[in-house]
Amino acid sequence: MSARRIFARPARLAAIAPYFWMVLFFLVPFGFVLKISLSQTAIAQPPYLPVFDPMQGFAAIKAAFAALSLDNFRLLVSDHLYAMSYLRSLVVAAVSTSILVLIGYPIAYGMARLPRRWQSVAMMLVIVPFWTSFLIRIYAWINILQHDGLLNRILLALHLVATPVVWLSTDSAMYLGIVYSYLPFMILPLYATLDKMDPALLEAASDLGSSPRQAFWLVTFPLSLPGVAAGVLLCFIPIVGEFVIPDLLAGSDSLMIGQTLWLEFFTNRDWPVAAAAAVLLLVLLLAPLLLYDRLQRRQLEGTR
Amino acid sequence: MLRLSPGYSTASLPATTGQTGIMTEDATNSANETVSAKAKPPDAASRETGPPAAATDSVLLRIEAVVKKFGALRAVDRLSLEIRGGEFFALLGPSGCGKTTLLRMLAGFETPDEGRILLDGTDIAQVLPHQRPINMMFQNYALFPHLDVRDNIAFGLKRARMPRAEIDTRVAEMVALARLEGLEKRKPDQLSGGQKQRVALARSLARRPRVLLLDEPLAALDKKLREGTQLELMELQRRLGMTFIIVTHDQEEAMTMADRIGVMNKGRLEQVATPRKLYEAPGSRWVAEFVGDVNLFEGQAGPGAGGRLAVSTKDAGTIVVTAPHDPATKSPVSVAVRPEKVKLSRGVPASGVVEAHPINRLEGVVTDVGYLGGFTTYKVKLDTGAVVRSSMANTTRLDIDAYRSTERVVAWFTPEDCVVLEQ
Repeated sequence: MSARRIFARPARLAAIAPYFWMVLFFLVPFGFVLKISLSQTAIAQPPYLPVFDPMQGFAAIKAAFAALSLDNFRLLVSDHLYAMSYLRSLVVAAVSTSILVLIGYPIAYGMARLPRRWQSVAMMLVIVPFWTSFLIRIYAWINILQHDGLLNRILLALHLVATPVVWLSTDSAMYLGIVYSYLPFMILPLYATLDKMDPALLEAASDLGSSPRQAFWLVTFPLSLPGVAAGVLLCFIPIVGEFVIPDLLAGSDSLMIGQTLWLEFFTNRDWPVAAAAAVLLLVLLLAPLLLYDRLQRRQLEGTR
Repeated sequence: MLRLSPGYSTASLPATTGQTGIMTEDATNSANETVSAKAKPPDAASRETGPPAAATDSVLLRIEAVVKKFGALRAVDRLSLEIRGGEFFALLGPSGCGKTTLLRMLAGFETPDEGRILLDGTDIAQVLPHQRPINMMFQNYALFPHLDVRDNIAFGLKRARMPRAEIDTRVAEMVALARLEGLEKRKPDQLSGGQKQRVALARSLARRPRVLLLDEPLAALDKKLREGTQLELMELQRRLGMTFIIVTHDQEEAMTMADRIGVMNKGRLEQVATPRKLYEAPGSRWVAEFVGDVNLFEGQAGPGAGGRLAVSTKDAGTIVVTAPHDPATKSPVSVAVRPEKVKLSRGVPASGVVEAHPINRLEGVVTDVGYLGGFTTYKVKLDTGAVVRSSMANTTRLDIDAYRSTERVVAWFTPEDCVVLEQ
C-alpha cells in the first residue's frame, strides 16, 4: 500500500503530461484559429475584426462575441473554388497513398524476409534520405525532371522518346515527389508489423494446406492490416495538407487546399477565410482518424 | 510436384484404408525393395523393430538414411527409422540433437539432403508441406490470432475445399473432441494456455492426417496440467487409432505416453525401444546416462561362475554381473546400475545369502541425503573414493530406519540389476 502511495503522484503527473501538451500546443492555438475563422477581414492590425480586449470591460467582450459569424464557412461552402481545392487534396492524397501502399508493401515485406544482418542495412537505406533536407531533395527532383534534366537525357539516350518530355509542372511530377517523400513513412510501420510476425504462423498455414500465395492472403496480409492502417494515416493526413511538393512540382491550374490556404493568407491577407479553411480541413481529417481509432479499439478488445 | 491423395481429409476416422488400389500396390513394391535394402542394417533402429517381414505389413512411415546438413553441421546424420501405423512414437533427446529437424522434415518444412521418407511406400521427402497428409501441432501452438477458435479449426478444412456443411460437422466434432464447447467465437488471445493447447490439437487433427506430429506439445503448460493432458493425449490417440510422433526433451513425458521411444544424439538414433527396455536395458553408455540416473563402474570383464561375468573395477572391486545376451566384445566395459536398484543396509547380509546369490556389496559412508517426498536419495562414498547413488522409496511415514549422513553402510545390488555396456 505504501509503495503505491509513493508512486501515485509522479505516475499521475506522467499520465497528465500528454494532455497538458495537447492543451498548450494544440487546443489553445486551435482556439485562436477558430476565433479568427469566425471573424471578418479588415484593413487593420491584426487584419480582422472583432478583437477581444479584456481591458475594455465585459460589455465590449460581449459585443465582440456578438460580432462573430459563420460567414467565412458559408463562403467556403458556396464558392466551388474551395470545394474543388478540398476535393483535389483528398484525391491527390488518396491516389498517392494507394501508390505508396502498392510500392511500400512489397518493399517492407522483402525487408522483413531478409536475413537479420541485412535488415538493418535495408533499414538504413530507407532512412538515409532524411539526412538531406527535404527541400533540397525536392529541388533535386526539379533538376532531374527539367527539360534537359537527367530523366529526359536518359530517355533520349535509350531512344525511348524522340523529344524531351515535359515533366515539370505536371501531376506526374507531383505524384512522383509525394511518393518519393512519403515512402519511408509507409515502409516503416509496415515493416514493423511484418517483422514481428511469427514465422510459425506461415508454417502452420502451409501445414494446413495453404499454398504460399494462400498463406499470404489468409495470414500475412490480414495480420499486417494494423501496419497498413498506420502507414496510410501517416501518409494520407499530411499529404492532404501538403503545400511544398504541389507548389514546386505540380502545375498551377488546380490547387490543393494547402496552396489555397497559403494564397488566402499571404496574397489576399484574408486571415479569417484562411483560418476557416484550416478548421474545415481539420474536421475533414478527423473522420479517418476516428475511423482508425475505432478499428484499433476493436482490435484491442479482440486481443484482450 | 507429387500430390498425395487429396481426398484423405474426407476419409472416415480410422483413416487407415484411405488409399486407392494403385497406391497400395505401390506400397508393397517399395516395401519389398526395402526388405532387400535392410541387408545392411543402418543402425540401432533396425535391431529393435524385430523381424522385417512382420514389420513391413504395419509400417506406415519409413525413414531411410536421411541426412540434413546446416552448413558444416549434420543435424540429422544418416538416420533410419520405421514407425508403425497407430503407434505413439516419441523422439527424445537433448536440445540440438536433431529431433526437431527430423520432425520438420516429416512435416515438409525442411527437405532432406539425402535419403528417403516413405509414407505408405511413397517417397514424400520432396513433397511440399501443404500437399502432405501429415499435420503438425506446433510448439507454441501457432494459432492464427486474427481468427476465432472455430475458424482456426476450420482453416485446414477450407483449404481442402470441403463442403460447408461438412466443415460445420467436422468442426463440431473437433470442438467436442477437444472439449472446447462454448469457446468457438473466442480469439486465441482470450484463451488460457490449456485451451490454446486444445485448439491447436483440434486444428491439427481436423484434417485427419495419416500422421500427427507434435512438437513439444506440453512444454508451455504447468506441471499439473501437463500430467492431465498427457493422459488425454494418450486416450485420444488410442481412440482415434492415429499415428502420433511427439518430440520432447522431457523423458518422463516420453516414458508416460509413448509406445516406443527413439533416443537421439548428435543427429543419430542411439536406441529405439519401449520405455521399459530403454530404462532397464539401455543400448549404450550414453543412453544409460541420458535416460534417468545411473551408477557407472568401469573395468575389465572376465569369466565368472554360472553364466556370469566378473568385472574387475577400480572403484568397486570385482562386480559380478549377469552376462549380456550378445557377449561384449571389447574388454573395457561399464557396469550400469540404476540408483533404485542399489539397496542400503547397516550390517553385512548373512553370509549364507551371499553365497546363494552372489550379491555385490560395497562398503562406504553416507555423505548426502536428499529427501524428495516419495523417495530419498543417498550418496555413499565408498572406501575407494568413488560415490554410489542409491534411491529408496519412503514406504513408511516415520523415518525410524532412515540412514543419516556420516553413517557407515553397505550398498548392495544383485548381478541381475547390472547392465554391461561397451565403452
